[in-house]
Amino acid sequence: MLKISNVETFYGKIQALRGVDIDVNDGEIVSLIGSNGAGKSTLLMTISGVNKARNGNITFNGDRIENKAPHKIVDLGICQVPEGRRIFSRLTVEENLRLGAYTNEQGKNYETDIKEVYDLFPVLSNRKTQRGGTLSGGEQQMLAIGRALMSKPKVLLLDEPSLGIAPKLVNQIFTSIKNINKEKNVTIFLVEQNAKKALELADRAYVLVNGKVTIMGSGQDLLKNKDIQAAYLEGGTKN
Amino acid sequence: MEKQDIIKSFKDSLFTGLIALALFGPIVGLRTASKGEGLFITPQWGVVFLLVGLCILGRFLININSARRTEFKIFSTLSSKFSSITEGKAKHFAITGILFAVVFPFLPFTDRYFMDVAIMILTYIMLGWGLNIVVGLAGLLDLGYVAFYAVGAYSYALIATTFGWSFWICLPLAGLFAAFFGILLGFPVLRLRGDYLAIVTLGFGEIIRIILINWYEVTNGPDGITGIPRPSFFGLPFKRSPDEGEMSFHTFFGLEYSTMHRIIFLYYLILVLALITNYFTLKIRKLPVGRAWEALREDEIACKSLGVNPTNTKLTAFAIGAMFGGFAGSFFATRQAFISPESFTFIESAIIVAIVVLGGMGSQTGVVLASIFLIGITEIFRDLEQYRMIAFGGAMVLIMVFKPKGILANRKPTILMHGDKK
Repeated sequence: MLKISNVETFYGKIQALRGVDIDVNDGEIVSLIGSNGAGKSTLLMTISGVNKARNGNITFNGDRIENKAPHKIVDLGICQVPEGRRIFSRLTVEENLRLGAYTNEQGKNYETDIKEVYDLFPVLSNRKTQRGGTLSGGEQQMLAIGRALMSKPKVLLLDEPSLGIAPKLVNQIFTSIKNINKEKNVTIFLVEQNAKKALELADRAYVLVNGKVTIMGSGQDLLKNKDIQAAYLEGGTKN
Repeated sequence: MEKQDIIKSFKDSLFTGLIALALFGPIVGLRTASKGEGLFITPQWGVVFLLVGLCILGRFLININSARRTEFKIFSTLSSKFSSITEGKAKHFAITGILFAVVFPFLPFTDRYFMDVAIMILTYIMLGWGLNIVVGLAGLLDLGYVAFYAVGAYSYALIATTFGWSFWICLPLAGLFAAFFGILLGFPVLRLRGDYLAIVTLGFGEIIRIILINWYEVTNGPDGITGIPRPSFFGLPFKRSPDEGEMSFHTFFGLEYSTMHRIIFLYYLILVLALITNYFTLKIRKLPVGRAWEALREDEIACKSLGVNPTNTKLTAFAIGAMFGGFAGSFFATRQAFISPESFTFIESAIIVAIVVLGGMGSQTGVVLASIFLIGITEIFRDLEQYRMIAFGGAMVLIMVFKPKGILANRKPTILMHGDKK
């Protein structure tokens, strides 16, 4: 469905991605783990078209998208929940959601779509008229995910949904991600530093180191991998 | 209050005094006076010490007030009362305001001078509302807004004097021209944000003014354009003695001729134009493009990730904001009947930005209050001549000290709870 081949992205002279190859198939949850500065967010921004790939190509259902403008990519059905949530803090919860429906033919099925989001995250429906900035971190993350869902994406790109959120809420958010995948049939590409959670959730996973994919496999296999345990999970020992 | 708090604020005030001394010392203290065969420096230390003393005292009072906020709530309660009044009854407030504006010309104390001031305030309100789209909603700090005011005024003046078309044809044309210039400015500054955007827009404002001064063949340079046609009342001119076979306003309605007719007409004209601007902004805020403006002000990356096209969104904000500036410019030209580049200096942009910021970015009612406050204050202190700008500056400082986010800082949501839609 989403195919990333040999993508290289630069910030000026600094190369952030050194030929990344990743496939995301329809209906899957694919996780990408890696440490700070590995290029995870850069990859998502490259898929979204905010950063442009200098080399390589990205196809979505067979169409090349690496040179498309960000709003065209959202139109095609790839929506990103950016790192750090980026809620419109002075706008109310409902206005935030409404903005998510911006490309969705100006919210044709707005009422049913918004109801689905409120069903998924009931806490948001109690906070409709509250300003986005006054929500807790976890609630903001839910709002960010809900906002992205309003664009009716086929693929949802999630950038570190666990960042700066209470552990209890992290579990809840990961359960929601699973529900979005299973019930709404949205393909998920998840980027995380919380490797354990990300691997548990994933059908398949990739490890990104210094802008290159080093390991790939099923989520379960990677959880058992000694190198990954040593580098990203607790309790592992390096051979 | 703790003793050390007092000592601390006292020390702080002394430091303020030191800065004041450094500033006022050379600027006020050393006065050059020409006596006989040359310039001599006459010191006026008395004035300097008075000013420095005032600064120390003012700083001390502010410090004490902020330290004792909890006990000494004069200003905070006053301002919170004020905002609760304006928030809870925003609609009543607006309707009362509009009604007052409508009957204003017929109130017993209203004379020519009041009308002129009112027209000026309304012009600034309209400009403030126009700029509010760019600065308040879209969050693009535009320091060259006067350029669009100038483009509107000159378009109107040139079209009206060259082709002799009526005000009602020239007005939309002038608005279109200004909108075109808005897009022209918009393109190069699309990638710029914050300070950089502000600097380029400031430069743009100056470029337009300098073109107006130097493009002598078209704009008549610094001499300006004279004899700009006055607006007519749906074809009826405001003339004492109309041409043969022509009706004028007072003969048609069988009234005694009075110059006030024209002034009152101009007053209603700018009132209607301003209200159209306001109505338009209130409506567009609830449309996707208006919401996208506000989202862009909050977070550009989030906007991109949601499929908002920042280029188009910014350009529409610039174009629409500029268009209303252009309308206001046309009005200015027809009211003055004479325009020159001198009317479109940077200080005008600064005043309009000040109105938007002091009103509370994005607040429509705030713009009205700030315009009345700022323009009103400079008018009240008109007798003080050049010192009235001190009152203007003082008013700005006071607002920033007591209402740092503007007079009305609270943003009104565009979507109401389900069930209480009106």
